[in-house]
Amino acid sequence: MFLVKCPWCGWRDQTEFSYGGEAHIARPLEPGQISDAEWGDYIYTRRNTKGVHAERWSHTQGCGRWFNALRHTVTDVMWDSYKMGEDAPTPPKDWDGMTCCDDHKKLAEGAKK
Amino acid sequence: MKKYSIFAIARNARTHHENWERAWRSPDPKPHYDVVIVGGGGHGLATAYYLAKECGITNVAVIEKGWLGGGNTGRNTTIVRSNYLMDESAALYDHAVQLWEDLSDELNYNVMFSQRGLLHLAHNVHDMQEIGRRGNSIYMNGIDSEFLSPGQVKDMVPIINLNCRYPVMGGLLQRRGGTARHDAVAWGYARAADAMGVDIIQNCEVTGFKIEGGVVKGVETTRGSIGAGKVGVVAAGHSSVVAEMAGFRMPLESFPLQAFVSEPMKPIVDCVIMSNAIHAYISQSDKGELVIGGSGDPFISYSQRGSFDQIEHVVGPVLELYPIFSRVRMLRQWGGITDVTVDRSPIMTKTPVENMFFNCGWGTGGFKATPGSGHVFAHSIAKGEMHPIAAPFSMDRFHTGALIDEAAAAAVAH
Repeated sequence: MFLVKCPWCGWRDQTEFSYGGEAHIARPLEPGQISDAEWGDYIYTRRNTKGVHAERWSHTQGCGRWFNALRHTVTDVMWDSYKMGEDAPTPPKDWDGMTCCDDHKKLAEGAKK
Repeated sequence: MKKYSIFAIARNARTHHENWERAWRSPDPKPHYDVVIVGGGGHGLATAYYLAKECGITNVAVIEKGWLGGGNTGRNTTIVRSNYLMDESAALYDHAVQLWEDLSDELNYNVMFSQRGLLHLAHNVHDMQEIGRRGNSIYMNGIDSEFLSPGQVKDMVPIINLNCRYPVMGGLLQRRGGTARHDAVAWGYARAADAMGVDIIQNCEVTGFKIEGGVVKGVETTRGSIGAGKVGVVAAGHSSVVAEMAGFRMPLESFPLQAFVSEPMKPIVDCVIMSNAIHAYISQSDKGELVIGGSGDPFISYSQRGSFDQIEHVVGPVLELYPIFSRVRMLRQWGGITDVTVDRSPIMTKTPVENMFFNCGWGTGGFKATPGSGHVFAHSIAKGEMHPIAAPFSMDRFHTGALIDEAAAAAVAH
């Protein structure tokens, strides 16, 4: 159980959301022109990343809208979410998967003070 | 390897049990092996055992990043059954059950395989139709399968509440199904494989592969590089991570699945009871703990924890079915990472890299297949061609469309 950031409603409990699998998988424009292997890859093959994973979520128990998010699949901490069609944000290279983008910012500001 | 027997116990009693030999050696890796198995869980160790015993290949190493059986082998609910719908699955899982039946003798290690019966409950008309179809198809594959009326279910499990929120309308029973001791399976295979010369190397993580011209030549590990004639990868939840190191991707997603056990109690449930409709399964270990499992988390993760809310989704139905457990306290909870395919059938396959074989995708129910999986995978590695039982489970099926769709029969209950 972890928190998911809905771009419209903010941080909410994961149980309010439905998971939609890996993000940014584009349907081939000409399915008739590609091989069975390419079509199979499109449908079934997944990155299944251990680390920072771009994925789709829907706020089913809230506003119902779909969005994308970056989550660390070892710690289950979500870095940030972004609207469909937007580019994925880039977490800092030293991100250890322990803090979300907001907390990370606060911690960085605290360290400066 | 000294044989375990009642005489060995008596002999060792005289020296206060201080002189038992170690169950397996802890060797340093050699520079080269004929076969390197990546992953020291039940399936990997079984593969090494059958390579040595039946294929005459003893220059084998099993490389494990943690400790033996510390992954899904030690994290499952120990259920064994072979009542699968599709012909290919029936052949594979019943091959495993037949090996289970002689396994303790074969390994000279008590794996505590107990064919206490495995009961699937049906709670609605659709469930009744599903067990009707599946029961008949299992029966036609020569695997035992019986339909029970609610009265017969009650006779078998007196504590069950038939008139719960989703009333029990019938059941499908496989009497040859049951449970086994999961740790003992890993240890038994390790000890027997070690005795034939297999090197078991723990705390040794694979970090990459040496691939020349599309042919695998060895593995890079945290304990140096190890040359290999062939490589068998049996890495369960981390199969995608290992495949990435070898330069290809698998049709897999890794989900956490959790289980829990209660405090030990006197014997109260003498079979395994599972229900696909309400996502819960239960059995009682020989130690007396209730072993309870349910459905996995709905998102991919490598966290080995499992979500808190899933516990409620499992405990609720369990208490509806067995109100007598309402004040039982839970002792432990844990999660394992299951590598799930879209058709809920495993992958045993050659790969785009020559001489590299993958055995993965067992998802939420690999334990039951441990001996069968190891057996056919060992033969496949030795011959360089997939064993006839393993052949339909090749990763090509995701391109040809010849899926072995067990999603209805196997997706939930294990």
